[in-house]
Amino acid sequence: MKAAVIVFPGINRERDMARTLKLVSGRSPAMVWHADTALPAGIDLAVVPGGFSYGDYLRCGAIAARAPIMDAVRAFAAKGGLVLGVCNGFQILCEAGLLQGVLMRNARLKFICRNVYLRVERSDTPFTRGYNAGQVICVPAAHGEGNYIADADTISRLEGEGRVIFRYTSPDGTCAPEWNFNGATNAIAGIVNARGNVLGMMPHPENHVEAALGPTDGRALFQGLEVHLGRAA
Amino acid sequence: MKAQVTVTLKSGILDPQGKAIEGALKSLGVAGIASVRQGKVFEIEITDGDRATAEAKLKEAAEKLLANTVIENYDVKLIG
Repeated sequence: MKAAVIVFPGINRERDMARTLKLVSGRSPAMVWHADTALPAGIDLAVVPGGFSYGDYLRCGAIAARAPIMDAVRAFAAKGGLVLGVCNGFQILCEAGLLQGVLMRNARLKFICRNVYLRVERSDTPFTRGYNAGQVICVPAAHGEGNYIADADTISRLEGEGRVIFRYTSPDGTCAPEWNFNGATNAIAGIVNARGNVLGMMPHPENHVEAALGPTDGRALFQGLEVHLGRAA
Repeated sequence: MKAQVTVTLKSGILDPQGKAIEGALKSLGVAGIASVRQGKVFEIEITDGDRATAEAKLKEAAEKLLANTVIENYDVKLIG
């Protein structure tokens, strides 16, 4: 898997992401500066990592979404390239118009940093073929603005087209308000675009990949991508 | 030329910050507050051009960056 990780000022999870990509694929990703206008040739995956790009000024991800490199990311996605946005990366992809909806302030206004449970809704996407549909994974969340909102038409389209990929649930996969810690509409934690090649998610799968640091539930996302890209090649 | 762009949340969009402010005002004993919605005000100076051009530029700024029109409305006002 040849990946590129986009680096914006204020991002702080890019090295976690790079470490995970290297761990799973054996290949270090290219680190691409926001002011660049092109992605490296021949990449399979562009990752927009988490952090606090531009200090979350104006709206989370709003300024990063207008950076020069995002035109290249948009063009890459339009050609069917795989794009993954995590946390601030999800916010940036929404602001850039690559995904629909908005991540608003958490319903109870608190920054929440802890392990959360996600139900994987589909296993037939490039990003989730390492999981079974209905499987519950434990990954860390760390955000103050993860409350997913979109208009009613968009939500029903996302649900109808099976584009909700991850949902906040209990450890046994039950949706309930107490497990939807940020108040997201329909407990949405991650979605894909209509074509299915752009995924945005709030929690951090890249941080649960090594047994020495706890659960390794995030690893299968990257392993699944590796398998997907291996088959496509 | 000076201008003011006001960005507010669309009605129906939950505003937890506004709700918290509303609660704080009530607990301070400020009477007669029915509800609070929080927004943003941008004070912008325009370099040149006539009013129509300025207004068009400000609308462009609001559409492209200042407001996320999925959740926010904006209002452009030229001052003097």
